[in-house]
Amino acid sequence: MKLRKMVALLAVLAMVTALFAGCGGSSDSGDSGDGGKAVLKIGGIGPSTGPAALYGLAVKNGGELAVKEINEANPDGLQLEWMWQDDEHDAEKSVNAYNKLVDDGMQVLVGSVTTTPCTAVAAEAYNNRTFALTPSASGPAVTEGNDNVFQLCFSDPNQGIASADYIKENFADKTVGIIYNNADNYSSGIRDKFKSEYEEGGKTVTEATFTDETTDFKAQLNTMKDAGVDLLFLPIYYAPAANIMTQASQIGYAPTYFGVDGMDGILGADGFDASLAEGVLLLTPFTPYSEDEKIQEFVKKYEEAYGETPIQFAADAYDCVYAIYDAFQKTGLEADASMEDICEAMIEVFTGDFTASGLTADSMKWNEAGEVDKTPKVCIIQDGKYVEQ
Amino acid sequence: MSVLNSLISGLSLGSVYAIIALGYTMVYGISKMLNFAHGDVIMVGAYVSFLLTNHAGMNAWVSLLIAIATCTVLGICIERLAYRPLRGTGSLAVLITAIGVSYFLQNAALLLWGADPRMFTSLFKGFKTIHASNGALTITPESLFTILANIIIMIALTLFVSKTKAGKAMRAVSEDNGAAQLMGINVNQSISLTFAIGSGLAAIAGVLMCSAYPVLMPTTGAMPGIKAFTAAVFGGIGSIPGAMVGGLILGIIEIFSRAYISSELADAIVFACLIIVLLIRPTGLLGKKINEKV
Repeated sequence: MKLRKMVALLAVLAMVTALFAGCGGSSDSGDSGDGGKAVLKIGGIGPSTGPAALYGLAVKNGGELAVKEINEANPDGLQLEWMWQDDEHDAEKSVNAYNKLVDDGMQVLVGSVTTTPCTAVAAEAYNNRTFALTPSASGPAVTEGNDNVFQLCFSDPNQGIASADYIKENFADKTVGIIYNNADNYSSGIRDKFKSEYEEGGKTVTEATFTDETTDFKAQLNTMKDAGVDLLFLPIYYAPAANIMTQASQIGYAPTYFGVDGMDGILGADGFDASLAEGVLLLTPFTPYSEDEKIQEFVKKYEEAYGETPIQFAADAYDCVYAIYDAFQKTGLEADASMEDICEAMIEVFTGDFTASGLTADSMKWNEAGEVDKTPKVCIIQDGKYVEQ
Repeated sequence: MSVLNSLISGLSLGSVYAIIALGYTMVYGISKMLNFAHGDVIMVGAYVSFLLTNHAGMNAWVSLLIAIATCTVLGICIERLAYRPLRGTGSLAVLITAIGVSYFLQNAALLLWGADPRMFTSLFKGFKTIHASNGALTITPESLFTILANIIIMIALTLFVSKTKAGKAMRAVSEDNGAAQLMGINVNQSISLTFAIGSGLAAIAGVLMCSAYPVLMPTTGAMPGIKAFTAAVFGGIGSIPGAMVGGLILGIIEIFSRAYISSELADAIVFACLIIVLLIRPTGLLGKKINEKV
């Protein structure tokens, strides 16, 4: 009896520990805020644990780096504070994280990182009047009806259209197929636009779908192989993409792969055989191997601080912080202004003639819907690196 | 030819289900409980093998042996700590405990190994894919070895249960727990042995599954676990050949519905087939009909 209780107690303890570990909400704050001077508190929300942790961590680090840079460059000017919350790529947790940040005095939001959680947070932020600039949530639902939410990344429809145009122009003689996750808004959203854009003018695409539970892709791959598809468009995240590439190589099928921003990170996945991704094309606004001086410096600093090569999400977050910093100075507000006042002023700046320049584009402009206007870059993976096309 | 390709994929997926289903079916047979944590033992086995191979530079086959050993110990520990204290209480208590253990394992894995998907390196990396009839038919080494492993395991297990003393003891316990104890059989030991074998097989299933479908996450074992449980019920829970038949049929149905009907409906079709089988044969395909004595 005694043993039973002990065991039960141990099990409960272990579970509670596991639970807390799952939440892992560490609110990292910048090293500023001393001396009683008002600082602008920028909140960040994203998955720093969970299946999309790679994206969340990149945003967390990228934002942190930008805040540190700004604070060090001008210690007497406007100082920023970076507050981070983990949402595990879960809508409910993301809203909780948002509420926590508001309680902690956040004035501007960078987030959320992924589309579904961001849609939930955007609605809350709209009601509370928080200005939000998401580095990477690309779904149209994020900005729809929310005048306070802006995207720094391409929206999904734009990614689909840009990919289709690029493929039509550069691979006119290829037979195109799509494998997409139809249980996921991001994936099916891009696919819809891609398909309608690509099929304009009489071309057709072969399609196959999967869901989050799918592990065996051989049926889909055989469909593609039998249809003679030699360019496979994968508007999906890198984990299923890696699965698809591995299984395709098992059955001896080697099409040219074309991915969008979700494909970013595939080279960093633990245990992934990078030779499988050789020749993969992807639409991305950022490549760490660019010759650009600004990007080189960012990559160097990032590698020094976090020991890994930054992915696009880190650059997106970095640009978000700078865009907010620049725009905030245009509002003429003081750092201790309320969240609501900042929101209205920032909306005015962003929908005005404000342009931001950063790592992911030289000039970014926003429209009233909250979508960004910038030029996409297509990269190819060669020798385990991105090379701009 | 694409029908044959699908058949091979189906047999291979079905073999994984069959090996996992063995763990469910044996444990159910002997202790009349559903060990829902079984699926997560698969995940632990795959992680152990992955980490040893990719981060400690160990040979993949050696890491498989260590994964089997780890899971065997894990299975015995789970039974000892979580299930044995509850033996004799209601089946509901044990069922809930099993679900608890399942979540515990998933979250412990999340804590220990993080949630980033790992790309499992195939155990059969050096082996060549077989291409037949001008490349229209492809047999991957993963499929081939999974099917072979399933057959070998099935034969070995059947022989073990019918020929050895320990196996006979297991059958006796599953038939009548109390009477077996009166005949001098160590019931606790027999049950521990069952968990040990089931969990060891789970490690093999985990490595085989991740070799064919390389994405490994803390939740990797959950869905295959449920499917394998379905396979065990399909074939008749408690029956070893039933687990094999159930697993293979389930795998084939799943792959064929994905290839020829719809990939979204594949899972729905699998579970619809289960319902139909249970309506016609409530004890599953090969399950024994038990007449209740009044």
